[in-house]
Amino acid sequence: MAALIEVRGLHYRYPDGTAALRGVDFHLEEQESVALLGANGSGKTTFALHLNGLLAGEGSVTVCGLGVNRQSAGQIRRKIGFVFQDSDSQLFMPTVIDDVSFGLLNQGHGAQESAGRALAALERVGMASAAAKAPYHLSAGEKKRVAIAGVLAMDPQILVLDEPTTFLDPPAQRALISLLQELPQAKILITHDACFAAELCTRAVFFDKGRIVGEGSVLELVKSFGWDSAVRR
Amino acid sequence: MHIPDGFLSTPVWAALDAAAAPAVGLIARRAQRTFDDSKVPLLGVMGAFVFAAQMINFPVGPGTSGHLVGGALLAYTLGPAAASVVLTAIVTIQALVFQDGGILALGANVLNMAILGVLAGYLPYHFWGRTRGRRLAIFAGGALSVLTSAVLALSELLFSGIRMPGTVLGVSLGLFAVSALVEGAITLGAIRALEAIQPDFICRPDARRSFALGAVALAAVLLVTGGVLLASSAPDGIERLGSARALFSTPFSGYDIAALGRGWFPKAAAGLVGLGLVYGVCLIIGRRR
Amino acid sequence: MHHVVLDQWSRRSSPLHRRDPRAKLIPLIVFLVVLATSHRLLPVFSACLFALLCVTLLWARVPLGGVLARAAIVLPFTIVFAAVTWVAGDPARGAALVLKSYLSALAVLAVVSTTPLPVLLRGVEMLGAPRFLLMVSQFLYRYLFVVSEEAQHMRKAAASRGGSFRAAAGALAVLFARSYKQAGEIHSAMLARGFQGRFHPLAAPHFHAADTAFLIFASSAPVLLRVAIERMV
Repeated sequence: MAALIEVRGLHYRYPDGTAALRGVDFHLEEQESVALLGANGSGKTTFALHLNGLLAGEGSVTVCGLGVNRQSAGQIRRKIGFVFQDSDSQLFMPTVIDDVSFGLLNQGHGAQESAGRALAALERVGMASAAAKAPYHLSAGEKKRVAIAGVLAMDPQILVLDEPTTFLDPPAQRALISLLQELPQAKILITHDACFAAELCTRAVFFDKGRIVGEGSVLELVKSFGWDSAVRR
Repeated sequence: MHIPDGFLSTPVWAALDAAAAPAVGLIARRAQRTFDDSKVPLLGVMGAFVFAAQMINFPVGPGTSGHLVGGALLAYTLGPAAASVVLTAIVTIQALVFQDGGILALGANVLNMAILGVLAGYLPYHFWGRTRGRRLAIFAGGALSVLTSAVLALSELLFSGIRMPGTVLGVSLGLFAVSALVEGAITLGAIRALEAIQPDFICRPDARRSFALGAVALAAVLLVTGGVLLASSAPDGIERLGSARALFSTPFSGYDIAALGRGWFPKAAAGLVGLGLVYGVCLIIGRRR
Repeated sequence: MHHVVLDQWSRRSSPLHRRDPRAKLIPLIVFLVVLATSHRLLPVFSACLFALLCVTLLWARVPLGGVLARAAIVLPFTIVFAAVTWVAGDPARGAALVLKSYLSALAVLAVVSTTPLPVLLRGVEMLGAPRFLLMVSQFLYRYLFVVSEEAQHMRKAAASRGGSFRAAAGALAVLFARSYKQAGEIHSAMLARGFQGRFHPLAAPHFHAADTAFLIFASSAPVLLRVAIERMV
């Protein structure tokens, strides 16, 4: 069975020369949820940005059978939806409905169709009533859900979420967990929150200094890398 | 200084709106061609930065503090064309949302602050930004951007017939000079702090420099600024407000336009020629980038 | 912050709120020009215009006292000039400064307090202003609050480091760098959702019969008032 994502030997250096990724191999199967764990600066986000072509390193990255490069970037970005850590950077349009329709309009859909599908996506995340609101009127949890709607509206096969629980209080985190559990897409969760990862992910990989140094279930990795104190169970 | 509606006489605001519209259109179209829409978020966010930066207080004397105005800083980091676009957006938002500056007076305010102020601020850097006089050039640029905007605004008010006795004028010019020096100091301080964080934030001045054109531009700016300063301080100027008659009256005025004295028309002509020269250089320098 | 209050007023509902932005902008310009060019019987004319604006604001169901107070922002600057002009021997001009600047600000507020800014900017664009410039203004407005909040933190940081010139310059530089970085994240988020160099608007406001009627009526009112008053003498 062909993997949804296949990465082999990924290397990447920042413009100033520091090595950010030193040979990463990774795969993601259909409907699988994988957690990327690791300390700050270990390369998790840098790695994820290669999956939709925002960064380009050496090695091979294949998403849904397509090699990721400049030409295929447009197609790849329809298949893989990225939810960034800072919702304010993601919700850049004046109103919620404007923002959620953004991706659809870029894909060439008409205004009315885009608005309709955007509204459907908002209903999916429970934010349809906020369609005409401005983003700064929303709480952190609401913004995160709208950001997810903006990505869902494009009908991707894979969702990548970068530290989605930052800024969320426990009730909002719980709401996010239920929402994500309902979504059928394959997911990659970049997170520090081992508890959050354990509830959603069947598999995890552990990043350290630009390499994947461990793979297994969330709880196994947490134990072997001494992140026990983070798990509240 | 943002001029509200109701201050400028009709020929002045109408002429400046007519002058600003094509200038803004040209600069915006240029920016769009160079940048397409990808630079919109950067320019928008840096505009928000300029607003927010006003909250940071710089101690400049006993019990007083100043804050950044920002035209020169933006010109050194984003380039003069982008800086003009950002400042135009700022002036527009200030007029609409904060009632700081009028709507009919937008042309005047945009010309003063977003176009001519930015240009005046950028010129010293354009010439001396790569020499040993770099710091002085940055300081001078910051000071000149504020001074030019303020003096242009003042001269537009005077041409509109707003009366200003010599003492008031002197005090205003003194305040402008102080705020210009403050802006120079803050701009320099900010640039140095930025260089410590990330040197490539700051634009390198264009390597190909035409000294002749640049000298003309600088002369034009100084002419306009200096000319108004001299005109306003000359004894035959303001003091004759009551007795001198306007050289021409417009169909719009229901009362006399207070003249600046018998030397009114030559000064106006010099000002307009200066503006025209600056425009020409604006376009030429703009094309080179 | 000031603009938050204005934003709230602009999102209410009233017949005026529902008008097309162009149907409000054109009468505004007419009003401002009629006021700016008026010299005879200015106090009487001003009183009539003031009444006209108050009626408009009441019809728009925005808080009258709040708007009147907000327009008074122009007064400190204007009163100084008016006083100087008065002392210099032209009291009529001094009074004109005050009346014209206050009424102009009030008229602008009547439009801005009944039209959300992004909608207003779209109206300005449809009337011929450069789109690029208006998109920049839209983003500026969106991120005004976000960057201002960061500036508050920076201000405290500078103060806690002794409030010196250098501390302030450092704070400014950090704010600059953060804003720049956020702009980069916004751009990445745009690319991740398929942005290809051009923004596509969701919907263009349509002109209805009510808009045409309002435009005609609102544009004629100040003109007719002025003609009537100047005829009376």
